Amino acid sequence: MSMAASTESQVQATAANPSTHAPPPRRPRRWPWTPYLLSAPGLALFAVLLLVPLVMTFLLSLNSFSFYGGIENVWQIGNYADIIADSYFHEVFLRTFRIAAVVTLLCALFGAPEAYILRRMKSPWRGLCLLIVLGPLLISVVSRTLGWALLFGSTGLVNQGLMGLGLIATPIEFMYTETGVIIALTHVLVPFMVLSVWASLQRLDPQVENAALSLGAGPLTVMRRVVLPQIVPGILSGSIIVFALAASAFATPAIIGGRRLKVAATLAYDEFLNTLNWPLGATVAVLLLIANVVIIVGCNRLVERRYKQVFE
Amino acid sequence: MAYLVLDQLTKRFGNWTAVDNVSLTVEKGELISLLGPSGCGKTTTLQMIAGFLDADGGRVMLDGQDLLAKKPNERGLGIVFQSYALFPHMTAAENVAFGLEMRRIARADRDRMVADALKLVGLEQYGDRHPRRMSGGQQQRVALARALVIKPSLLLLDEPLSNLDAKMREEMQIELRRIQRTVGTTMILVTHDQSEAMALSDRVVVMNKGRIQQVATPQEAYDHPANAFVANFLGRTNLLPGMVGGGAGGTVITVADSVWPVAQPMAAGPGALAVRPEKIGFVDAGGLSGTVLARVFQGTQWLFEIETAAGRLMVIRQHDGSPLPAERERVMVGWRADDMAVMPADREAA
Repeated sequence: MSMAASTESQVQATAANPSTHAPPPRRPRRWPWTPYLLSAPGLALFAVLLLVPLVMTFLLSLNSFSFYGGIENVWQIGNYADIIADSYFHEVFLRTFRIAAVVTLLCALFGAPEAYILRRMKSPWRGLCLLIVLGPLLISVVSRTLGWALLFGSTGLVNQGLMGLGLIATPIEFMYTETGVIIALTHVLVPFMVLSVWASLQRLDPQVENAALSLGAGPLTVMRRVVLPQIVPGILSGSIIVFALAASAFATPAIIGGRRLKVAATLAYDEFLNTLNWPLGATVAVLLLIANVVIIVGCNRLVERRYKQVFE
Repeated sequence: MAYLVLDQLTKRFGNWTAVDNVSLTVEKGELISLLGPSGCGKTTTLQMIAGFLDADGGRVMLDGQDLLAKKPNERGLGIVFQSYALFPHMTAAENVAFGLEMRRIARADRDRMVADALKLVGLEQYGDRHPRRMSGGQQQRVALARALVIKPSLLLLDEPLSNLDAKMREEMQIELRRIQRTVGTTMILVTHDQSEAMALSDRVVVMNKGRIQQVATPQEAYDHPANAFVANFLGRTNLLPGMVGGGAGGTVITVADSVWPVAQPMAAGPGALAVRPEKIGFVDAGGLSGTVLARVFQGTQWLFEIETAAGRLMVIRQHDGSPLPAERERVMVGWRADDMAVMPADREAA
């Protein structure tokens, strides 16, 4: 290649890409808003699909409603005052969070040991048992809940079995009771607890249990003093998921609980679709969201403070 | 009387024998290393002594008691794990106190013993720290204090220094030796690092493929390896094929153009001669002749590679000003008969 040609090509290259030829290798000047542009698609999706409906729901909850006039576009907090004053709504919200709390507790009681046992299982059985645990998530919520309804009836398999064994004399009421709702919800939500405890067990050094054994701790002490404190983060994150899902569950309380045993989600649904009182339904939804956030954040803080060292 | 006795200890995983008829006696107060490449059965042996694995055969007797009959939490052994296995949710002092709590030792005594143990490992200032806020070396010391504070009848160390950097490792080696002298606990150290084993132990147990190859003091195993595996595993060595036969003055081994006397009685046939690179010198006559292929200066020493009729040899000479041959020069190398080990050739495959 001749000298002239080489110089020419160099000039061309410089013109095409000035940054490659600058004497000290200078990086091209960045827009300060590049990160925002890069995250814009995600943010847009988040805003359009979550933020806007939430804001609209909140605005709707401020409107008023009358049977003959329909929704009136006024701004007031009458709906909130109504709910706060009415003991019927207290009962529904109390029931919602009672169910959610009991379901969370049961999920932790069953899920944490389940995850621990699963982790210690050997190869073919572990996969099989994990599939069984995750099974409920693979079945449509309606067929799963109707399945429970079949088992729960006064002539259902559960009652007939218990009576056949002579454990009970008269059928237990499962349908349209909190007990039934709690059992069905626990069944479907336990996998979330198992998965999240499983994740924290993965980080547990298996030798730590042996270390405790060698220092003279019995198996139960090892569990209580060494394993449990270390899987608290897993139990907590599992509890948050389970509590949030249980408190806002709709299909299971609707089918097992029926129209009488209302929880916040079915209440909001009925206000929207049966009474057509959209503002009141929106108010219930907003209050459910606020209560959920307050309870979850509060519990989170409490546990994190108690087990500070594990969370670091 | 032997303090710890392993008697034909065996462990199988499926049809693979991880530990094959291992028998060993350890005296009280001794520091003994199980040394070998990964998969040689040393950790499996340790796990059986600790009780984390059940033995398929054999016995372990500690101070006259059958150890295998006891549960792991009743054996009273101290164990330092490769990963340290500290309790991350407890402070250093709480970690150390755990074993004492399990023994239901009164609060005041416990606090004093924990303080003493932390002082022994040089961490008296760090009792309130959590393991995550400590360096690897400090965590190692906490693990050691935790295992020692219960006054174990036996301390098992599973690759305790392998997660530390080179400088820290040397410091901890000296530290471990000092502590062992201070408290006098019988210790079994599992390691794949031959220099660590040689630096620390009273005796080394060289293992390969689930079997013990040699039990000896570090110097004995280094100078007189029982077989080719031990010779190769403990430091660098030259292994030369030769022929053992009866000579005029006794048994000799012939290696290419040189003949060496064999001290121990041996059957005639193919054999192998092992000699360390630093034990070989340049001689005028009566040695093995060859050509210098390469010489490399390493500061305190010169490394030579010599081509001989019996194969390539590595020779290390001190950089002490004495004249040394140049590359491509014809030389003759030799060594004292005491500095070599002769073994049957078939063991070479081990």
